[in-house]
Amino acid sequence: MTVTTPIPAATRIAGVSKTFGKQHVLDDITLDVADGEFVTLLGASGCGKSTLLNLVAGLDTPTSGTVEVPGGRPALMFQEHALFPWLTAGKNIELALKLRGMPKADRPAEAERLLELVRLKGAYRKRVHELSGGMRQRVALARALAQDSKLLLMDEPFAALDAITRDVLHEELTRIWSETNVAVLFVTHNVREAVRLAQRVVLLSSRPGRIAREWEVGIPHPRRIEDADVAGLSVEITEQLRGEIRRHGQH
Amino acid sequence: MASTETQPKTAGAEGAEATTAPATTVPTAVETGAERAETGAERAEAAAGNDLAGLEAGLDALDTRTTDRTPLPVLLRRKALPPLVAVVLVLGLWQAAFALHLKPDYQLPSPLMVWDALAEEWYKGTILGVIWQSVSRGALGFAVALLVGTPLGLLVARVRPVRAAIGPILSGLQSLPSVAWVPAAIIWFGLTDATIYAVVLLGAVPSIANGLVAGVDRIDPLHLRAGKVLGATGLRGIRHVLLPAALPGYISGLKQGWAFSWRSLMAAELIATSPELGVGLGRLLETGRSYQDMPLVLGAILLILLVGIGIELLIFAPVERRVLRHRGLLR
Ligand SMILES: Nc1ncnc2c1ncn2[C@@H]1O[C@H](COP(=O)(O)OP(=O)(O)OP(=O)(O)O)[C@@H](O)[C@H]1O
Ligand SMILES: [Mg+2]
Repeated sequence: MTVTTPIPAATRIAGVSKTFGKQHVLDDITLDVADGEFVTLLGASGCGKSTLLNLVAGLDTPTSGTVEVPGGRPALMFQEHALFPWLTAGKNIELALKLRGMPKADRPAEAERLLELVRLKGAYRKRVHELSGGMRQRVALARALAQDSKLLLMDEPFAALDAITRDVLHEELTRIWSETNVAVLFVTHNVREAVRLAQRVVLLSSRPGRIAREWEVGIPHPRRIEDADVAGLSVEITEQLRGEIRRHGQH
Repeated sequence: MASTETQPKTAGAEGAEATTAPATTVPTAVETGAERAETGAERAEAAAGNDLAGLEAGLDALDTRTTDRTPLPVLLRRKALPPLVAVVLVLGLWQAAFALHLKPDYQLPSPLMVWDALAEEWYKGTILGVIWQSVSRGALGFAVALLVGTPLGLLVARVRPVRAAIGPILSGLQSLPSVAWVPAAIIWFGLTDATIYAVVLLGAVPSIANGLVAGVDRIDPLHLRAGKVLGATGLRGIRHVLLPAALPGYISGLKQGWAFSWRSLMAAELIATSPELGVGLGRLLETGRSYQDMPLVLGAILLILLVGIGIELLIFAPVERRVLRHRGLLR
């Protein structure tokens, strides 16, 4: 089932292990994400998904193994929006542009363009607390895209949203991904969400986190979370995930 | 799924506009039935795009909080009336105590006598100069304390060995009444302005530094991580993430720093009196005491109180409210 990805990779994770004190969280993870590829990382709670993303984002260093990100610093979106409350929506995006080195004169127009991309035209002057949960995540997405990196890491970015909003954001994310050729490594513990979005689903086992299995998702876009194809593959993956979880109950 | 029923069918352009003016989408939702038939006839793909934009606009509109500010009259009634009533009450009790002759007049003058004492100072034409002497000293001392306390607080907050070394001393200093420094400062600097500024700094710097430390400690770690991901490291991290994130704590530190500056200044002016030092409010108070002039003493105390409160209300309170309102932390 595993495919060898072609050479231009958005990230190469090779033999990565991570321990916190005595706790062995990640064990020998090897995973490549190709340029422009959409990969979801699936696993039970506490299996080390966030830890792995932090390693790729450079917020932490692996105990052993290497993480390569050829395209420079990846963007990272968290479960909470992590927008800065002292700035307006537009200024949050402009800060990312500034830190990326864009000249001051170009920033407002680019911020407007990114807001339009996430369909938030006119939200430039809004304060973070004035936005709804879905709007905040869209601004956060725009801010992540403002970094203009080749790799976008997403750590359960829609987990705190209601089902309808999440559904809409799935569609938006798919659209933006296909428009921008950014590679996405998307973490979730929602199997259907993983299948709905990804070209490839990677299942992590727990304690220690290892790659248990991968699936290529051949279902053509546009997909919907309630499609029969999505549901079918989700059932298969869920079975495997449950198996992984059951193993832990046995000892 | 419920999503098909809840989507207000707005055309793409309208949908985008609806984001800017959320209230307008509510009536359009009523037209859903009529428009649904039309969209069915159009090409499926275009309709899907419009549907999503419209759906999104609708969700945004339903979920957007309108934060309207309390109108001024209501605000005044809620915020200004109670303290006003309290002041009137205190004046009334004071007048009653005076009328009952609880103490001889020269020990307990009436409010009116205090007013007259102040009015007399006013007619002498000196009072504004006296107030300015103290306020300018307080402001200068506070500004220097700000320049010293801010980097000090940053160091203590971010550098672990520094924190271990001087963190406890700094918070300890905060509980030491700064009057205690006056004799030492007089021995060091004599009866000069340096003595007064030394006392003010020793009073205000610890408050400002501690406020910043508390502000930094209360920063959401998520914001620090987000800053790192965006590439705000080193000085840029301090400038764009650390300082703005710590601002609410920092401002309450500044507020307290001002209160300490003012207190220390009055203590210093009261004790270190000499003709070269000029006449500030503390000196006015001391003059009143030496002439056994109780109305003047009470008047001077009142002025010290008013200036301290006035500067807090006119400068620090509005800045703090602004910062908190922008972050949605007010109400
Ligand atoms: N900084 C840390 N220090 C010590 N232990 C940690 C640290 N970060 C994570 N862990 C531990 O590592 C394990 C994996 O955590 P991680 O947050 O990566 O899981 P996750 O798969 O993202 O879980 P969830 O689905 O709940 O987000 C957990 O048991 C956690 O307690
Ligand atoms: Mg996690």
